[in-house]
Amino acid sequence: MLHVGEQTRIAMTDPSDAGFFGEFGGRYVPEPLVGACQEVEAAFRDAWSSDEFRTEFLTMLTDYAGRPSPMTECSNLGSDLGLRLLLKREDLNHTGSHKINNVIGQALLAKRMGKTRLIAETGAGQHGVATATAAALLDMECVVYMGEVDMERQALNVFRMRLLGAEVVPAMSGSRTLKDAVNEAMRAWVSEVTNTHYCIGSVMGPHPYPWMVRSFHEIIGCEANRQSQALLGGMPDLAVACVGGGSNAAGLFAGFADSPTTRLIGVEPAGGAAVGRGVPAIVHGMKAYFMQDEVGQILEAESISAGLDYPGIGPEHAFLSANGRAEYHPVTDDQVVDAFQMLARREGIIPALESAHAIAWVIQEADQLQGQTVLVNLSGRGDKDVQQVQDRLEQEAKLEGGIRA
Amino acid sequence: MTTARPTLSLETELRAKRASGRKLLMPYVTAGIVPDWLELVEAVIQAGADAVEVGIPFSDPAMDGPTIQEASVQALDNGITPASALSALATRTFGVPLLAMTYYNLVYRYGHERFAADLARAGVSATILPDLPIELADDWIETARRHGIENVLLVAPVTSDERLAMLVERTAGFLYSVSTMGTTGERSQLDDAAAVLSARVKAVSDIPVVVGFGISTPEHAVAASRTSDGIITASALMRRILDGASIDEAASLVADMRAALDVADFADQRGNDGSRHGRHLADG
Ligand SMILES: Cc1ncc(COP(=O)(O)O)c(C=O)c1O
Repeated sequence: MLHVGEQTRIAMTDPSDAGFFGEFGGRYVPEPLVGACQEVEAAFRDAWSSDEFRTEFLTMLTDYAGRPSPMTECSNLGSDLGLRLLLKREDLNHTGSHKINNVIGQALLAKRMGKTRLIAETGAGQHGVATATAAALLDMECVVYMGEVDMERQALNVFRMRLLGAEVVPAMSGSRTLKDAVNEAMRAWVSEVTNTHYCIGSVMGPHPYPWMVRSFHEIIGCEANRQSQALLGGMPDLAVACVGGGSNAAGLFAGFADSPTTRLIGVEPAGGAAVGRGVPAIVHGMKAYFMQDEVGQILEAESISAGLDYPGIGPEHAFLSANGRAEYHPVTDDQVVDAFQMLARREGIIPALESAHAIAWVIQEADQLQGQTVLVNLSGRGDKDVQQVQDRLEQEAKLEGGIRA
Repeated sequence: MTTARPTLSLETELRAKRASGRKLLMPYVTAGIVPDWLELVEAVIQAGADAVEVGIPFSDPAMDGPTIQEASVQALDNGITPASALSALATRTFGVPLLAMTYYNLVYRYGHERFAADLARAGVSATILPDLPIELADDWIETARRHGIENVLLVAPVTSDERLAMLVERTAGFLYSVSTMGTTGERSQLDDAAAVLSARVKAVSDIPVVVGFGISTPEHAVAASRTSDGIITASALMRRILDGASIDEAASLVADMRAALDVADFADQRGNDGSRHGRHLADG
C-alpha cells in the first residue's frame, strides 16, 4: 500500500498562477471555455491539497491499477549494449500503459466536480481505453474522439473501448490523427461543459491540464526514485522516456529532476519531432513547441506509432528543453521496429511502439553510454501493435524477396 | 453604467449607424475560399453589409464547425497565407470597415508589430482572435491600438458578471456575443441564450453588441437583433460558396437579411423580453 507522503516529493516546479512554465503554457482558450478551465483548476487545487482525495487516488492506483509497477533490470540487452539497463514497468499497469494514472485522477476529480460524462481524445487508443475503463468503473458516460486513420491502425483498441461501453467518434478533419482528435474533443467540450469533463490524455492543453496531468503521473518518478535507491543505492545516470505530448516522460522526470547527475532524455519520433523541428506556437490552448510551416500553419506529424503522432510537445517539456535541464532527441521508425523486436527477443518483453522509441535511442547511443546506468520508462505494452509490426515486417520481407528474385 | 473609453474608427462608425436606427449586418468571408474572393467581399457590401469579417484560415480552427473548417481547408489548398490575404485587401478600397478574424498563432508567428502595420496598410480596422483571451491580450491590444486597429472581444453565455465587466471595458469596435455554447455552424433554431446574453451586456454597457454563431436565415437575423445591435453571419454564407453557388447567389442571402432587418419593427425592443423571439424559427 502506498502512503500519501510518498507522493509529496516533487522535483519539478509548479507553473505560475497564469499557468506558465517560463514562457510556455498559459490558457489560450476561447471565452466559452475560460470558465470551464477555471473550474477544473479550482477543483484540482482543492483536491490535490486534500488528504482524502489523495488517499482515494492512491488506493485506486494500488488496488485497481496494480501499482506500484516494478523496476526490472534487463541483464541480457544491457550486457549486449555494455550498459546497465533498467525498465520502469508501466506496461504492467491495468489497461497496459501509464495512461491509467492520469485517468483515475481526472475521473475522480470529475466525480468530485459533479460531472457525469467524460470525453477524451486518443491517438494509439491507450488513453481512450484507460478513460473508457475509468468511466465504466465510476459509472460515467464516455465518448472518445479518435482520428479516422488511427481507428484503422489501432482497431483492437477501438473494439476494447466499445466493449467497455464508450462511444468512439472518428475525427475526420486534417490528417485524421491525434491533433485532429484534440480539435474535435475541444469543439465537443464547448457545447457540453456543464455536465462533461474533458479528460486530456497528456501534459498538454490549457492550464491547469499540463500541470495536473503531470501531477497525476508523478507517482511514476516517485516510485522509480525509491526503487533506484533500493536497487542502485543512488540515482541512474540517465532517465529516458518517449514523448508524444510528454506525460509518461513528465511523470518519470518528476522523480529525478532534482538529481543533478541524472540526464533527462525525451525521445521523439523523427516525423513528429516538436523540439527538434518545432518553434514556439499557440495551439490547443497552450504555448509550446509545434512543427509548423513558415506562416504558422501546424504541420501533420508522421510516425509509425499513433500515440506519438502529434506535432507538438507539452509546455513543461518546452521549458525543460529551453532551460537545458532535459534533452530531446529523434529516432526513426526503422530504429523503433528494430528496438521493438530486440526487447522482445532479448528480454521477453514486447513494448508499445511508443515505448520502443526510448529503447531505440539507448541502442543508438550505446557507444556513448558504456558502463552507465540507464533507466527507461516502458510506458506501455505492445499487444496493440503486434499486428501492425507483423504487417510491416511481412511487407519488408516481400520487398527484399522481390529485389533478390 | 459605462466608463469613458476611447472610441476608434470601427466603433465610431457602428455607433453612428446604430444611432440612425440601423441594425448592423456583418457577413464573414474566408479569404481565399475562391480565387475571386475579393469580389465576394464587394458583393456582400453591395448587398448591404455594414462591415465585413475577413477570415484568415488556420490549420486548426478549434472554434469552428464543419463549414468553416471546410472553407479553411479549401482556402489553404488555394494557397492563401496571412500575408497574401492582406496584400490582396490592400489593392482595393472598400466602402465599409473590414475586420480580420483568425487564430492567434498566425498573429504570433507574423509578429504583433508587423501584423498590426500590415493590417493598417491593408485598410483593416479591427481584429477578432477567438483564442486570445483577455488575460493574455494586453500586448496585442496595445500594439494594435498604436496602429489604429481595434480588437474585438468575445462574450459567451457562461461568462460571469465579473468577466463581463472586464470584457466591455477592454473590447473595442463592438462586443462579439457568442449566441450559443458550441462552434460556428448553421443551425435551424437560434439558441435562447443569445437573447439573455445580449440583455446582460445591455444592462451594463452601451458598447455595440453583435450576435454571431449559427445566424443562418433572415428570420434568425431579425430575432437576434431584437435584443442586440446586429448580427454576424458566416457558415450559412460560406456553405453556399462551398456548394458551388455563384457570388451573386451567395450574396443574395446577405441582401435578404438586410431587407428583413430594414423592414422589421424593432421599436418595442427596449425593456422587452427578447427571449420570446428566439424560438420556433423555420430553417431557411
Ligand atoms: C504506451 C504509450 N506511451 C506513450 C504515449 C505517448 O503519450 P505521452 O507522451 O503523453 O506519454 C502513448 C500515447 O498514446 C502510449 O500509448
